[in-house]
Amino acid sequence: MPFAIHYLLGIGDMANSSNLLPSGLPRIESLEMRGIVKRFPGVLASDHVNFDVKAGEIHALLGENGAGKSTLMKILYGLYQPDEGEVFLNGERIVIHSPTDSIKYGIGMIHQHFMLVDNMTVAENVALGLPSSREPRLDLDVVSARIRKLAEKYGLQVNPNSVISKLAVGERQRVEIVKALYRGAALLVLDEPTAVLTPQEVDDLFVIFRQMAADGHALIFISHKLGEILALTDRVTVLRDGRAMGTRPTAGATKQDLASMMVGRDVLLERHRPPAERGPVRLKLDNVNAINEDGVPILKHVSFDVHSGEIVGVAGVSGNGQRPLARGIAGLHEVTNGRIYLENDDITDLSPAQMFKIGLSYIPEERMHDGVVKDFSVAENLILQDYVRRPFSNGIFLAFKYIAEHAKKLITAFRVKTPSRDTPAKNLSGGNIQKLILARELARQPRILIAAQPTRGVDIGATEYIHNQLLKQRAEGLATLLISEDLDEVKALSDRIVVLFGGEVMGIVNSDEVTIEELGLMMAGEKRAELA
Amino acid sequence: MNEDLTTAAILLGIIHSGIRLATPYLYAAIGETFSQRSGVLNLGVDGIMLMGAFFGFYTVFQTHNPWLGLLAAGLVGAVMALILCVVSITYQAEQGISGIGLYMFGLGMSSLLFKTMLGTVEGVKGFSELRFCFGDSFCLADVPVLGDIFFSHSLVTYGAFALVPLAWWILNRTTWGLKIRAVGQNPEAADSLGVSVNRVRYASVTVGGVLAGLAGASLSISLLNIYQENMTNGMGFIAVALVYFGSWKPGGVLLGALLFSTVNALQLWVQVLNLNIPSDVAVMLPYLLTILALALPFRRALQPAALTKPFARGEN
Repeated sequence: MPFAIHYLLGIGDMANSSNLLPSGLPRIESLEMRGIVKRFPGVLASDHVNFDVKAGEIHALLGENGAGKSTLMKILYGLYQPDEGEVFLNGERIVIHSPTDSIKYGIGMIHQHFMLVDNMTVAENVALGLPSSREPRLDLDVVSARIRKLAEKYGLQVNPNSVISKLAVGERQRVEIVKALYRGAALLVLDEPTAVLTPQEVDDLFVIFRQMAADGHALIFISHKLGEILALTDRVTVLRDGRAMGTRPTAGATKQDLASMMVGRDVLLERHRPPAERGPVRLKLDNVNAINEDGVPILKHVSFDVHSGEIVGVAGVSGNGQRPLARGIAGLHEVTNGRIYLENDDITDLSPAQMFKIGLSYIPEERMHDGVVKDFSVAENLILQDYVRRPFSNGIFLAFKYIAEHAKKLITAFRVKTPSRDTPAKNLSGGNIQKLILARELARQPRILIAAQPTRGVDIGATEYIHNQLLKQRAEGLATLLISEDLDEVKALSDRIVVLFGGEVMGIVNSDEVTIEELGLMMAGEKRAELA
Repeated sequence: MNEDLTTAAILLGIIHSGIRLATPYLYAAIGETFSQRSGVLNLGVDGIMLMGAFFGFYTVFQTHNPWLGLLAAGLVGAVMALILCVVSITYQAEQGISGIGLYMFGLGMSSLLFKTMLGTVEGVKGFSELRFCFGDSFCLADVPVLGDIFFSHSLVTYGAFALVPLAWWILNRTTWGLKIRAVGQNPEAADSLGVSVNRVRYASVTVGGVLAGLAGASLSISLLNIYQENMTNGMGFIAVALVYFGSWKPGGVLLGALLFSTVNALQLWVQVLNLNIPSDVAVMLPYLLTILALALPFRRALQPAALTKPFARGEN
C-alpha cells in the first residue's frame, strides 16, 4: 500500500512499533534501481546503472560534475523518465512518473538549490501542494502544530511562522528536511547538502542525518567532498561518465582510493606548497567599503595586502562579501570609500580596461557569464583583453596568423582539451573553460592575479592542474588573491587567509597555524583573530 | 448659498461616477492579478474586454436577458484566455508579444463582428441601477449623500467591489491561492512538491479571462448599455498597470482603481462644466497619474519573481 499523508494524523501514537519511523510512517526496507539508462542528445548520462539503498543506511553517491549523479536521482524523484531500467521498492516494481508519485512512495529529496518560496512562511512552504483538512481553506495552524511535533522528534529547530527570506542558510536546510519528513519521506535524497554551510553547521547536520538513519530512514548522500563521505556514510557508489564504477563499504576506504575510482587514474590530492619567498607588497587594500544596489553595506573597512610570491586566500560562507571584493578590485563594482593600490599606484577608480593594461588579471566567479564569450572561438577568447594591441593587431586589422599561433601555444601549454582552436568556447567542458581562462590570464604576465572560485565545478584532474599552475606562478613571484568557498582549497594553497563575515574582515591568519574549526568559527562571525 | 449647493452636487456626482467607473477596472485588474500572481503577464486584457463587451451586448440584444449576456461575456473571455494559455504557457512564447497579439485579435474581431452582425450603434436594456426600496415610499437610494454614493448602482458594480475581498481570501486563505502564489514566485519549488505549474497557470489565466470578459460586459450591458467599436479605449491596459500600481494585492488594486476612476470622473466633469482647462489636459490627467505611480521603484521588489518566465522542467 502506498504511503499517504493521513498517516501523519497518527504522529506519536504509532511510533513505538519497531518497523515504523518516528514520523509514524512505515520504513522503506530497500530501494533498488536496476539497469538505469538515460540518454540526452549526444550524451549517455546514465549507462546501465545499478544502485540500491536500505533502511538505516547512509549510502553515498560520489562522482565528478557530469558523472550522472543528479540524473540518476532526478529519475528516482520522477523529474526525469529513464529510457531503460526499473525501480524496485521493497522488492516490488514501481514506476515513478512525477514528484507526486515519488512523494507517495515515501521518497523525499533535498535539492542542491533550495526549493523554497522565499516570500512565504515555513508553514506555507510545507503545506504547498498538500490537501488541507479544511479544503478549500488552508489549515496553517494544523500544519504548524505538526511541524513543531516533527521538529521536536528529530531535534530540528524550525519556527513555522518565519518567512524564508529572513532565515539563514543553515535554517533553510532544516526547513527542507522538515518539508520532506512532513510528506512522509522514509528515504531521503540529499543532493550536496553541505555546499553552503560552515564546518560547524555541517557537523550539526551530520548529527541529524545519523540520527535519522538510526531511526530507520534510508539516506542517499550525494557529494564530491571525499572527507564528508568518509565521515558520514556506510557505503559508497562511485559514478564516472554515467557508469557505476562499483559500490563498496566506506569503512576502510581512503580519500585516495575514492579519488582514483572517481577519476579513473591516480591523482595527487595533497598540494606541495614550499615556504613562501615573499617579495614587496603588490596589492594593498586600505579601508575599502562598498554597498549593494539597495544601498546596504557589503564591504566594511576591508584592509589587507598581498605580497609578491604569495597566495592570500579569502575564506567565508557564500555571500559574505567575496563577490564585491573580487569585483571591486577588478574595477567592476564601485568602491564607495577607501583606496586600492597596485604597488605604489592608486588603482581604485580605474576602468577594467585600464586595470588589465597595468597588469591585473582576473578569473571571475561566473566563468560562463563573465569569463568567456560563449559563442567566440577558443582563439578569440584568448585575446579578449589584448586584441587591440600589438602583436595581435596593428590597430585596425587583426593579425590572424599571430592569433592562431598564440592560441596553439597556449592550448598546448595549459593542456586545454578542445577539438580545435576555432571551436566555440561553449562546447568545452567546465574544467577546460577554466583552463582556457587561466591560460589567457597568466599568459599576460600579470603583476597581480585575482582568482575567484577557480575550481568550482571543475573535475579533480583539472583542479590538480590549476592548483599546480597557481603554485608555480607563486614560485615565480606572482601575487595571488584566491577567493574560494572550498576551505580545503584555501588552506592548501594560501600562505595567509583573510576571513570575511558580513563584509568585514574577521581576521587574517597564517594558513599553517589555523585549524578548520577556528576558520569555521570566524566564518560564522563568532570569533575574531588578531590581525597577523 | 446657491454656489455651495452646486459645488456639493458636483462633488457627489464625481464620487458617484468614480464608483461606477471603477467597475470595469476592478473586474479586469482583479482578473489580471490572478494571472500575474501565477507568473503570466496577460497584455491582451483589452482585447478580451472588447470581445466580452460585444458578445455580452449581442446576447442581450437578441435575448433581452442581461444574465445571459454576462454568461456569454464570461465564456468568450475564457476562450480568449485559453488561446493565450496555449501560446504562452504550453508553447512558451514571449508573454508580452503574445498578449499584444491577443489584444490585436480581440480589437479586430470585435470590430468585424460589430460590422457584420450589428452595423449601427444600438442600445439595450441591461442591468438597471438598484434603488433598495422598502415598501412603496422609502428607498435607500433617496437618502441624501449616502444614497447617491452607496445605494444607486447596478448589481454588476456591487459584484466588482465584492470581488476584492473574495480575491484576497482566495489568494491568501485557500490551498489554491497558495499554489498560485508559489508558481508565480518559484515554479521549480512548486513542481518539486508535485504541484502542476502549468495547470495552475492555465486556471489562473482563465479566471483572469472570464473576469476581463465581464469587465467588457460591465461597459456594454450595465454602465453604458450600448456597443461601439473599440469602446474600451485602452481600459484593459490601464487595468494591467493597476495591478502593478496595487503591488499585486487586491486591496492595492481597489485603491488604484478608485483613484483612477475618480480622477477620470473629475476629468469628465471638467469637460461637462466647461471649465477653463483644455479638455486634452484633463483627459491626460489619469494617465499621467498612472505613469507617475508606476515609476515608484519600491513596487518592483513586490513583483512575483517568475512573472513572464515560462516554466519547463528542463530535461537537458
